Amino acid sequence: MTVQQIVDALGLKVLSGDGLLERAVSGGYASDLLSYVMAKAQPGEVWVTLQAHPNVVAVASLTDVACVIITEGIQPDEVTLAKARQEGVILLGTNEDTFRTVARLAALGLEG
Amino acid sequence: MDLHVHTVLSACAELEMLPGPIVERARALGLAGIGVTDHNSAENVLAVSEAGRRAGVAVFAGLELQAKEEVHILAFFPGAGQALRFQEEVYRQLPAGQNDPRRFGHQLVVSADGELLRENTRFLQAPLAWPLRECAEAIHAHGGLAIAAHIDRPAYGLLGVLGVLPPGLFLDAVELSRHADPAEWTAREPALRQFTLISSSDAHRLAEIAAQTWFRVAEPTFEELKLALQGTAGREAHILAVERRHVQ
Repeated sequence: MTVQQIVDALGLKVLSGDGLLERAVSGGYASDLLSYVMAKAQPGEVWVTLQAHPNVVAVASLTDVACVIITEGIQPDEVTLAKARQEGVILLGTNEDTFRTVARLAALGLEG
Repeated sequence: MDLHVHTVLSACAELEMLPGPIVERARALGLAGIGVTDHNSAENVLAVSEAGRRAGVAVFAGLELQAKEEVHILAFFPGAGQALRFQEEVYRQLPAGQNDPRRFGHQLVVSADGELLRENTRFLQAPLAWPLRECAEAIHAHGGLAIAAHIDRPAYGLLGVLGVLPPGLFLDAVELSRHADPAEWTAREPALRQFTLISSSDAHRLAEIAAQTWFRVAEPTFEELKLALQGTAGREAHILAVERRHVQ
C-alpha cells in the first residue's frame, strides 16, 4: 500500500510532500507523546497524531515514518509546514479523530 | 519583565538569539529584567548574565524543563551557580542519545560577546524521566521557583496536554502564552485563580521579546521576584492588557 492509496481511501488533505506520495506504507503507530513515537514508530509506518508543531516534523524525519496523519482538523503553522517541505516529510490532515482514523487504516489492512 | 527567553542553546531558537542582542533588545523595550530559559539546560545563563550586567538589564537564571508528560515548566534559581548545579541533576534525567542538529537545530554555548564556545550534543529537546510533580519538587529542593510554561498551548502546555491542572502540583506561578487572554482562561479554568498568572514571550527570535507582565518590585532580583509571585510584602505581578504591552 502507498501513501497515495491511503490519501484516496481516507480522503486526506495533503499538507506537505505532494511529490512523495508513492512511498510504501508498512504499518502504523498512533501516539501524541513524541518520546513514545521516537521509541516505537518504525520506518515506513504511518504515524497518527493530533500534534502539529515543528518537532513533529523532526521526529517524523528521525524515525523515517512514511507519513504523518494529523487528526481533528488541526492545521500546522507555517513554520511546521516549511520545515516539512524542507525535510521531505509528508503531512496529511483529516477532520476525523485519531480513533476513527486508525479504525479506517486497520480496515484497509494496515497493522500496528 | 519577560521571564521566558531562549538563546542559541535552544535548538529551535534563531541564531540571532545571542547574549548581547538579547539584552540590547530588552533594554530598548525598557525591560528591567529577563529570564533565560533554554530547554533542559542553563549553559548560556552566565553569558547572558554578563551581557546583562554591561547593559543594565537583570537576568534571571533559569531553565525550561520538559517533564515526562511533555509539558514545559520554567525553573528559576537565585543565581547562575545554583542553576548550573540543578542542571547537573537535570542532565541525569535526560534520555540517552544525542541531538540531531540537522533535524532539531544546533545547540550553541556562547560567551557574553557571542563567540561560539562549544556545541551541546545532548538531546535537550527531549522529555526528562521526571514527571511534572518531580520536576516541581526538584526545583524547590534546589531553592528555585517553578512556573508552568504557556499552559494554554496545545503543544507542551500544561492545560493543552493534560486538559486539567493536576491537583497537588505545587507551582509558584502559571504562565500564559502571549496571545492568551487571562480573563478568558480563568473563566474556562476556575482553578487558575489560586495561582499568580504571568505572561511571557517565549521568544525564539529577538523581535518576540516583549513586556507582557508588570512586576511591582523594589529591584529586579530573585528574592523580589519570589515575593512578587507570592503577592506578599506589597510586591505583585500582573499581566498587562495587550494594548499596554509596548509602552512599559
